[in-house]
Amino acid sequence: MKKVFALIAAFIPAIASAAGANVHLDKHLTDLKDTASLQRGAQTYMNYCMGCHSLEHGRYNRVARDLGIPEDVMKENLIFADKAFGDLMTNAMSPDDGKKWFGATPPDLTLVARVRRPDWVYTYLRSFYEDPTRPYGVNNAVFKDVGMPHVLAGLQGLQVKGTAQVAVGFDTLTGQEITEEHEGVLYLAEAGSLTAEEYDKLVFDLVNFLVYMAEPIAVERERIGWWVLLFLAIFFVPVYMLNKEYWRDVK
Amino acid sequence: MSQDGVNKGRRTLLVGVTAGVGAVGAGFLAVPFVKSWLPSEKAKAAGAPAKVDISKIEPGAMLTAEWRGKPVYIARRTQEQLDNLPKLNDSLKDPENSVKEQQPAYADNIYRSRKPEFVVLLGVCTHLGCAPKYFAEVKPETFDANWQGGWFCPCHGSRFDLSGRVFNGSPAATNLVVPPYSFEGDNVLVIGVDEENA
Amino acid sequence: MSKQKNTLMGWIDDRLPVTQTYEKHMSKYYAPKNFNFWYFFGVLSMMMLANQILTGVWLTMNFVPSAEGAFASVEYIMRDVEWGWLIRYLHSTGATFFFIAVYLHMMRAILYGSYQKPRELIWIFGMLIYLALMAEAFMGYVLPWGQMSYWGAQVIISLFSVIPFGIGDALTEWIRGDFLISGATLNRFFALHVIALPLVIVMLVVLHLLALHEVGSNNPDGVDIKKLKDENGKPLDGIPFHPYYTVHDLVGIVVFLMIFCTVLFFFPEGNGFMLEYANFEPANGLKTPEHIAPVWYFGAFYAILRAVPDKLWGVIAMAAAIAVLFVLPWLDRSPVKSWRYKGWMSKVFIIVFAAAFVELTWLGTQPANDLNTFLARLCSVIYFGFFLLMPFYTRMEKTKPVPERVTGGH
Repeated sequence: MKKVFALIAAFIPAIASAAGANVHLDKHLTDLKDTASLQRGAQTYMNYCMGCHSLEHGRYNRVARDLGIPEDVMKENLIFADKAFGDLMTNAMSPDDGKKWFGATPPDLTLVARVRRPDWVYTYLRSFYEDPTRPYGVNNAVFKDVGMPHVLAGLQGLQVKGTAQVAVGFDTLTGQEITEEHEGVLYLAEAGSLTAEEYDKLVFDLVNFLVYMAEPIAVERERIGWWVLLFLAIFFVPVYMLNKEYWRDVK
Repeated sequence: MSQDGVNKGRRTLLVGVTAGVGAVGAGFLAVPFVKSWLPSEKAKAAGAPAKVDISKIEPGAMLTAEWRGKPVYIARRTQEQLDNLPKLNDSLKDPENSVKEQQPAYADNIYRSRKPEFVVLLGVCTHLGCAPKYFAEVKPETFDANWQGGWFCPCHGSRFDLSGRVFNGSPAATNLVVPPYSFEGDNVLVIGVDEENA
Repeated sequence: MSKQKNTLMGWIDDRLPVTQTYEKHMSKYYAPKNFNFWYFFGVLSMMMLANQILTGVWLTMNFVPSAEGAFASVEYIMRDVEWGWLIRYLHSTGATFFFIAVYLHMMRAILYGSYQKPRELIWIFGMLIYLALMAEAFMGYVLPWGQMSYWGAQVIISLFSVIPFGIGDALTEWIRGDFLISGATLNRFFALHVIALPLVIVMLVVLHLLALHEVGSNNPDGVDIKKLKDENGKPLDGIPFHPYYTVHDLVGIVVFLMIFCTVLFFFPEGNGFMLEYANFEPANGLKTPEHIAPVWYFGAFYAILRAVPDKLWGVIAMAAAIAVLFVLPWLDRSPVKSWRYKGWMSKVFIIVFAAAFVELTWLGTQPANDLNTFLARLCSVIYFGFFLLMPFYTRMEKTKPVPERVTGGH
């Protein structure tokens, strides 16, 4: 069978060190004003992540309000059955169980986008690859030997780390892709239910939601910031004139 | 330094404008500090309307729900119990609900409820705040040989009938409080929301 | 004042010297008329102090000072308390701008010789404020109980363990109140941060100002304005602080607030220099962050600490870097105050010193590598060289004549 050579946009070099400090990270162009993206991200989170990773500092009603999700839709689709609308977004997994199952307690992710930064999360979620030596059969190029299984594998498919053709540019005359063979890149060996672009978009939305979650006030903060600066600019006028007026006395 | 030829009017105007705009700024600045004393999201979540499924309450039984950290009694009264209520009027302190704060307008009736069948009461004794106990059956009790069913407060012996009305001779002066509530369909009771506002 | 005897103010003044105090410190406090923008940073420091106290009081209303509750309570303030996020950012961004103002205020004193006789005591009080402020900021950073809070406290408290004869280890244990950084440490730091140190700082600020108003303000020329007075006994080059400098400072305040608010509302994390990314992860005593760095305002001293390859001598160097500032008034042997009239050596030393301090601040926040360590050592030598050579170069160099009256201005 022919290998599926779905090239990922930016390849991840195998030199990735243990700490992951040298890994190239793809840029996440966060857009907190794209409510539709945030809603999709919230849905993906609730379906795939919430079982293990709580959002314990956030509240359902706040997410619904900020993301423009009607209360009944939110309750029906995104809230665990035993939770009230105003509850904190905790889950039922005990820290001890998590440790038993995954080797480490799945961390709460309310603030993950502030701790790790959006680019890291965005690249991390797209960098799982097959590794039979690991308990769940996958490793991660960004976070080496991570305990987490590839929960989104059904959507992404299975990546393998090896030698593959990588796009390095475009031929200026024909417009065709120029490819080179690189070692230690991730390529898709087995397609998932989504195409590579669809998967990237899904992860983009998910990370967008996590950035929102880490600081829900961010958009409002900037909006107020403009008003504050406007006020100070107006205040500056009489203050400046007052100073000029009095200092006329000083020769 | 000299103050010859000072335009006093201009100075006064500029001082006034600066002080005025500055005062507006100080006013804006005060808003966050004042508003941060309002109930937080946590407090609001704890004080949010409580929804209770009342379909499982047997006639004559009672269920305790929680609303804003206080117990709320929801009792389902039988027809017999309802018929008995008017007969008690003579032994009650306030049979006609004259203290209006104790119940919303829609509960200002002998049943002290929206639907005669269900009575909803704050489980906080109007004497000193204990939680009265439910004794539904009509039978002689240690605290009242002629007990007609209702609530009895174990702290200081206040007695209330099945509408939460206080009996003569109780230390409590007023009837039990009926919290704001409404129905969502037949089976769901929402405590904390008057129908008018919902 | 006697003519006011029958007014309310007169009645109060007979019992409490309100008018007299107001005149002494405001309307009849004669300040040199040639202040430039460097002279904004004193009042700006006071404004930031007021901001820290006000927002700090409000944060205390919802903060939970315990190892179990601290981290979550900060997020509670950021999310659930109405406007809590703004109050918290005012406090966290305020710390940075407090230090910016204080550092520029200190730089002003170095440029214009404001520490020289007769203002030594003002400088000493100022240095005590700075010392208390560093302790205050350090303890405040521990309170959110994130990874950086925890490990920063771990590193800084461990510094005391270098004291020999077993004293160091006993001392660290006593400071922590436990065998590791724990809730006990957090609680005592909370008490010191919200009560003890603010009281100390406010009292020192009062002393700093009383001492200043006793001898009068210096100025960019380093000229003593009290030497030349008019027939009424008012300094020829002096103007009443109120209204002239109140309206003048107001301009500086508004401009400073614009910069402050820009950072607060658009870059509250300060790119990881003000709110470090690792500090959004709850404290975990079993997992050290990859790169422990102090907040930027401690960077210079941390860089000096790391520049010395020996632990004990590193701590001594860091302590000496702060201690040497205290004796600055006695290191400067120049006959003139302001660098405007000092010789070229002083000018070069001041500029190179300032550059070295900025570089050290930067290096302190960066991971150590060969180049950074080399630069840190170089800058540390410059830092100490500036102070230790001062008695020599300030005496050797040829100074320019100082004018009778202040120059420039309006």
